[in-house]
Amino acid sequence: MELFTPDFGLIFWMFIAFIILFVVLAIWGWPVILKNMDQRADTIDKGVEYAREAKEQLDNARAEAQKYMDEAQQQQAEMLREAARMKTQLIEEARKEASDEAKKVMEAARVSIEQQRKEAELQFRNEVSKFSLDIAEKMVRGNLSDDKSHHDLVDKMLEEIKSN
Amino acid sequence: MRLLRYKLLLLIAVFGFVFPFRGAASGGGDEEGGVNVKEIIFHHLGDGYGWEVPFSHVYRIPLPVILRAEDGKWISFSSHKLQEYVRVINEKTGKEELVAEPRIVTEIDKKTGKKYQFILAHVSKHRNKVVQIFPLTPEEEAEVKAAAKNNPKIEGNIDEAEAIIGGYAGFKEHYYREYKPLDISFTKNVLALFIAAIVVTAMVMSVVWFYSRKGMKAPRKGVGFMEMLIDFIYTGVIKSTLHDRAKKYAPFLLTCFFFILVMNLVGLIVIFPGGANLTGNIAITLVLAIMVFVITNVMGSKHYWKEIFWPDVPLFLKFPIPIMQFIEIFGIFTKPAALCVRLFANMMGGHMIVITLTLLIFIFAAFGAIAAGGSVFISVLFSIFMLCLDVLVSFIQAYVFTLLATIFISMSTDKGHGHDSHHESKETTEVKTEQPEGEVKPSVATTAG
Repeated sequence: MELFTPDFGLIFWMFIAFIILFVVLAIWGWPVILKNMDQRADTIDKGVEYAREAKEQLDNARAEAQKYMDEAQQQQAEMLREAARMKTQLIEEARKEASDEAKKVMEAARVSIEQQRKEAELQFRNEVSKFSLDIAEKMVRGNLSDDKSHHDLVDKMLEEIKSN
Repeated sequence: MRLLRYKLLLLIAVFGFVFPFRGAASGGGDEEGGVNVKEIIFHHLGDGYGWEVPFSHVYRIPLPVILRAEDGKWISFSSHKLQEYVRVINEKTGKEELVAEPRIVTEIDKKTGKKYQFILAHVSKHRNKVVQIFPLTPEEEAEVKAAAKNNPKIEGNIDEAEAIIGGYAGFKEHYYREYKPLDISFTKNVLALFIAAIVVTAMVMSVVWFYSRKGMKAPRKGVGFMEMLIDFIYTGVIKSTLHDRAKKYAPFLLTCFFFILVMNLVGLIVIFPGGANLTGNIAITLVLAIMVFVITNVMGSKHYWKEIFWPDVPLFLKFPIPIMQFIEIFGIFTKPAALCVRLFANMMGGHMIVITLTLLIFIFAAFGAIAAGGSVFISVLFSIFMLCLDVLVSFIQAYVFTLLATIFISMSTDKGHGHDSHHESKETTEVKTEQPEGEVKPSVATTAG
């Protein structure tokens, strides 16, 4: 039964073959493969992590953009409101100014009217006094030599009329 | 991982049933119909000095024969010199056919002029091995011849003149003193070994070359398959068992796995580059087991040796009479021995069954055409089935060998962190190692039957 009794020659060659194979593969084979497989696994892990992070960042960026947009919208609304407010204010101011101006104009007109009325009154008074003086002169010519005192008398009388 | 192991064990258990059944069925038909079953089986399973040329029964691919003669001189010659081709008339068919006959090889040392004679022994205990022969003087020869005549051990089918008696070889009417030289011939199995080694190197290097060419790209097809296998063994077996020591022992264990796998598969191929029964030869598995033995014991930690010489058992089991020490020391040797025998028996059993199934055809041929036809159909069917199963067994046995080697290394290099955890792990590994052993027994029984 040669199968059950190990043959020296075959043992010898098996040792040699195995040692050669082992040395060759232990130097150039397995370490390279295991290192590469590990490295690739790491790279893939890193890639997945990177993608996850990128997605997170993208989500963040999107949220941020949304935030900015909301903010801008809010600002816009605020600005519009401000503008409306300013418009009404301006209108109000203008109205007020206009009314003031009108008032002023009216005042001026009133003053000038008053002035003219006064002037007219003065003139009228003068004329009335003149007329009355004339009348009175005509009536009491000669009796009344001093003009000035007569005028004062008339004025006084007119003042009384006015106050009445 | 656990589930996988159970499945594996189940599978192996199924094998255990299949093997003895088939073996028993074929065991009875020895010598029937003029077919020497045992002879053919052992010729196919055994080694040879030349490699059979495909589809030829006679011609062999010559290989170098390397021998150390009795006087210490190394001699080498081509194996084709061991045979000569003779035309003989076949007695049954009456046709002329070519037959290979052994012949004496004579090598002359050019310096000393000394003559060295060798022959392929065909009837001695060194059967099918090259032996050195020395011519006898006529008186001595007569004496040996007389002894041979009276030798009751001579079997009927061996020519009287070629019968063998202690230390003498007969050849063509003459007797010679024989000497079994130290033989490191480059035989069929050795060539197959190197072919397997080259195939493994090519497989592994293809992955390495892929990395250097394509860098981090994902491998596909062959390289991807190789990588899957490497990862399966490295991550699934080595790393999960050895943890931080994985990198250190991975080269050895991976080399073991792929070498065994390729040797197993190459053995299943019928013609030239394959066909050598490598892992079914105990010398090959013995070397592998010795490697594991050396590594486990050279690399063994303090903890490992402590467990052997002072194990954690009640004192009476280890002090006055070292019972446990005896068992543990015995265990050092049985573990690799189990590795050796498991692989050998499984692979040889597989080969033997296929050959036996094929031989059934020739055995049944003696019973007539119907029996022959039926047996052809059944035998071919079963042979194909068995070969398919052998492909599976090739992988499983390579895997089991690597797994157990990893566990043995892990057990011996364990530093023993924490008492409880270690004990537990040891128990589980023990269970693992015991179960596959049970599976070997049926196949050993097959080979014996």
